[in-house]
Amino acid sequence: MHELSLCQALLDQVDSVARQHGAVAVHRISLSIGPLSGVEPDLLAHAYALAKAGTVAENAELELARSPVTVQCADCGAETDVAPNRLRCGVCGANRVALVRGDELLLTRVEMTAGTSREGANHV
Amino acid sequence: MCDTCGCNITPGNREFAYRLAADGTRAVTVLQRLLAENDKTAAHNRAHFDRRGVLAVNLMSSPGAGKTRLLEATIDALRGEAAIAVVEGDLETDNDAARIRAKGAPAVQITTGSACHLDAAMVHDALHQIGLDGIDLLFIENVGNLVCPASFDLGQHRNVVLLSVTEGDDKPAKYPVMFRVADSVLLTKTDLLPLLDDFDPARTEAYLRDLASAAPLLPLSAKQGGGLDGWLAWLRRELAAQRARWRHGETTHPAAASGDTRQRALDAGRPASSPS
Repeated sequence: MHELSLCQALLDQVDSVARQHGAVAVHRISLSIGPLSGVEPDLLAHAYALAKAGTVAENAELELARSPVTVQCADCGAETDVAPNRLRCGVCGANRVALVRGDELLLTRVEMTAGTSREGANHV
Repeated sequence: MCDTCGCNITPGNREFAYRLAADGTRAVTVLQRLLAENDKTAAHNRAHFDRRGVLAVNLMSSPGAGKTRLLEATIDALRGEAAIAVVEGDLETDNDAARIRAKGAPAVQITTGSACHLDAAMVHDALHQIGLDGIDLLFIENVGNLVCPASFDLGQHRNVVLLSVTEGDDKPAKYPVMFRVADSVLLTKTDLLPLLDDFDPARTEAYLRDLASAAPLLPLSAKQGGGLDGWLAWLRRELAAQRARWRHGETTHPAAASGDTRQRALDAGRPASSPS
């Protein structure tokens, strides 16, 4: 159950983004989670509900985007989506593949209400 | 990779990067790894190892697969050849560190309480309690768990995953996240294989290859001593490779490290006090 410690890391990052932009509240946090990141999105969502209390993200919704596992074949060059425990080219079956995506664990986006805006924070 | 110029936008996350926010709110594209803070500390640990030419190996397995027994046998086998230190991770007790110390190697115990894995900060704290001068090889024995430890970079150069034959031969298919990051997989307790007619090492290897892994599968019995040669040969090769990297001021990371970890290892560049 390492999802709780991940939530702590997530909320620290959100807090820092919010401060950077002088935000008074965070509405939505978007994450991209790949199956090979080792994180279970449902567990993360449960842990988040507990961890957000008392933070700037207290009322923020967590949006979890689950990415597929995509590999590129070194033999035939094809790019295919595969199962997390079968990283073989979907076309030729070779296992000489590079992971294109599927192991990421990313904070992709934060939506917030800005307070007093600061210079350089104009990412809208 | 930075968080400002957009170079961290990849085919895998591009769709999240550009989207308009609802009226009245400000949307910021972040694209930062959730474990960025951990990775920073891990890079710091790795630089600490690299400055001293120490090879750091992260040992992972389920509880009871034989990590500590393997370390005891390894310390005995490499006595006089490589100086070994150990960071032990467990939820409770310092039993394992005591076993390592009884073999004459320095050991620090991390008790994680309820945490199911070691993280880079815990290892960093432990490194303050263990002198690495004169040490060639640092083992980090992770908490026994085939899930969580795989997600946390500790600053190690190589990951070794143990699978004991009593656990079943399909573990790589059931725990792909863990077995994918292994640089070497040790099949342990092979002295019990004659009693387990449903464990087929060839099946384990097939499942491992399905993970696009080139890691060697090395069968051994640390208790009976059988098969240790393959493991020791792998370690000697890795030790020699780390010494060569040290001379050239280079570093490395586990083969299947995430993109961010790979980048940080490259960014770390030349250690500050590489030898002339």
